[in-house]
Amino acid sequence: MSVLVELGAALARGSVRVIDLSQTLSPRFPQIVLPPEFDQCAPFRMEEISRYDARGPGWYWNNLSFGEHSGTHFDAPVHWITGRDLPANATDTLPPAAFVAPACVIDCAAEAAQDADFLLTADHLRAWEQKHGKIPDRAWVLMRTDWSKRVDPVAYQNFDDTGQHTPGPDASAVRFLVDERDALGFGTETIGTDAGQAAHFRPPYPCHTYMHGAGRYGLQCLANLDLLPPVGSVVIAAPLKIQRGSGSPVRALALVV
Amino acid sequence: MSELQEPKPRNPVRALRRPTLPPGGRSRAALRLTAAAAEGRFELQHCFECATVQYPPRSVCVNCLSHRLEWREVSGAGDLIADTVLHHSNELYYRERVPLRLGTVKLDAGPVALAHLHRDCAAPSRVTVRAHLDKSGQAVLIALPSKDTPNMADDPMLREMTSDPKFRKVLITDGKSAVGQALAKALVEAGADIVWLGIAEPWKQGGGTPDLPQTERVPLDLTDEKSVRDLAGVIGGTVDILINTAELHRNHTIADRGTETARAEMEVNYLGLMRLAQAFGPAMRARAAERTGATAWVNLLSVYALSALPSHGTFSASKAAALALSQNLRSDMRRAGIRVVNVFPGPIDDEWNQLVPPPKLAPSALAKAIVAALRDGVEDVYPGDVAQDVMTRFRESQKVLERELWDQ
Repeated sequence: MSVLVELGAALARGSVRVIDLSQTLSPRFPQIVLPPEFDQCAPFRMEEISRYDARGPGWYWNNLSFGEHSGTHFDAPVHWITGRDLPANATDTLPPAAFVAPACVIDCAAEAAQDADFLLTADHLRAWEQKHGKIPDRAWVLMRTDWSKRVDPVAYQNFDDTGQHTPGPDASAVRFLVDERDALGFGTETIGTDAGQAAHFRPPYPCHTYMHGAGRYGLQCLANLDLLPPVGSVVIAAPLKIQRGSGSPVRALALVV
Repeated sequence: MSELQEPKPRNPVRALRRPTLPPGGRSRAALRLTAAAAEGRFELQHCFECATVQYPPRSVCVNCLSHRLEWREVSGAGDLIADTVLHHSNELYYRERVPLRLGTVKLDAGPVALAHLHRDCAAPSRVTVRAHLDKSGQAVLIALPSKDTPNMADDPMLREMTSDPKFRKVLITDGKSAVGQALAKALVEAGADIVWLGIAEPWKQGGGTPDLPQTERVPLDLTDEKSVRDLAGVIGGTVDILINTAELHRNHTIADRGTETARAEMEVNYLGLMRLAQAFGPAMRARAAERTGATAWVNLLSVYALSALPSHGTFSASKAAALALSQNLRSDMRRAGIRVVNVFPGPIDDEWNQLVPPPKLAPSALAKAIVAALRDGVEDVYPGDVAQDVMTRFRESQKVLERELWDQ
């Protein structure tokens, strides 16, 4: 109990600060694009029910519509075919403990600025551990690329004729986090936990394939990772309790000292 | 006549003129004249018994009282036997437009008709009478020179009855599609003052927008209420012609997918039109009476809005919904004299009709048909062979057509 009392006092004092890791949910923020022969994730849309007018004189509210994987969002293992038969794999059955966890932040901002297709490898992770220590069990591993600073949706999505060009992990990095470490999940600032060109990797979409196959989670479209220390922060990211949901937008927060 | 000069901007301190309309009441018989004019045809009643051709339309033959009257197309050629100038009218609409030229025409088809008179016509001379929709959306007759004269389309009364893009400001709601691109080119060639190209989801690679001098890209996503309202807030008060080319088309039957695709098609094809109507409709209606005012609204529908093509089932259903909505829109816009033009193409030659055998409508041909519709002042257009064929069969027997579309 004393830990929480101390935390409460630290929050009140401001010595523990709360960082918002979330993008604003708005129609302007792009949604993931699949090839058009597949059905699509509905974009985030809001339509006014009333705004202190004839439709409702004293109140303002909206109807929302969006796919589960909209804005800053959480991927549950059931999202991928590799995780479909795992226990407690959906938004309503995930253990709540997974929603509050320490975070390791791997700074790839310089590399991503040089190369939009930059891939994080197991060697990068080992080098990071040399500096900052072993990735703790049940910790989020967050890939900082400063991609969230691309406020123009065209630059954020970064499509050309060969598809999307955004950084992400390669298969070796994901295998390392799953097999050699006990990472809780992988988080990115881009539209997905996998790189933009990951459809061409072996296996395709290695982060989705291995992470969810091992019952781990994903966070994407994160913001403000540049405000987090490499180690020592705590991330709070709870998906909505959607029945058999594959994911959910979250208000992702981080506690830092 | 002298060429129309680019109109000056409205004097902003002068009171906004409110729209007035010419008399719009018509008998049921006379509405058939309107129905033909809506598609650009001049039809008159022919008596089955005594072969008399009559005008104005009546319930029985003026010669033999037979009620067996058939509507058939006539050429409109005739002799202008008298012309006059009207200097006074108690009708507000005409009062604002006097002096008006009127003429009496002996049609080659038989009857004598009183018609609006083009400025380049003087009695006695050969003329061609056309039935045109006026600002009330009802057919009236106008006599035109039998041979084209310079700047013929610039006649003030003819311009009241048409929506020539010349000097007008046009919004194309999807400027990325092949149709939108072709249309932009055609409108610039037709002398449009500016063509705004709506761009949705700019991160998706589309055809490069043409580098035409009079075009400008604007963000517009019909699935997003805020996006539509934001654009209306910027240009809604200046759009003269809105052309809704935005459509989502997937080639699914109603059974081979869930509802995601069907919903997405409805979001663009049906609700998108509704969002446009709510955001742009009021502003366009408000300034319809200005000389430089709003004049037309074009909807790109599909001939399969009339009868569903099951192999493109969800698309057909969304276009049928859009047609019903467009009829409501026409009723609203009519009060301001703004013409709503519905375009019913058959398959367009694009990626979603890849497996549809020719003939397919080229985007450039569709663009040409839309510009022609604006110039001719028609309100229903069936461009291309497939559209003409489906429309004809629809009128012969909806039930036969329904069956015939099953395996196409």
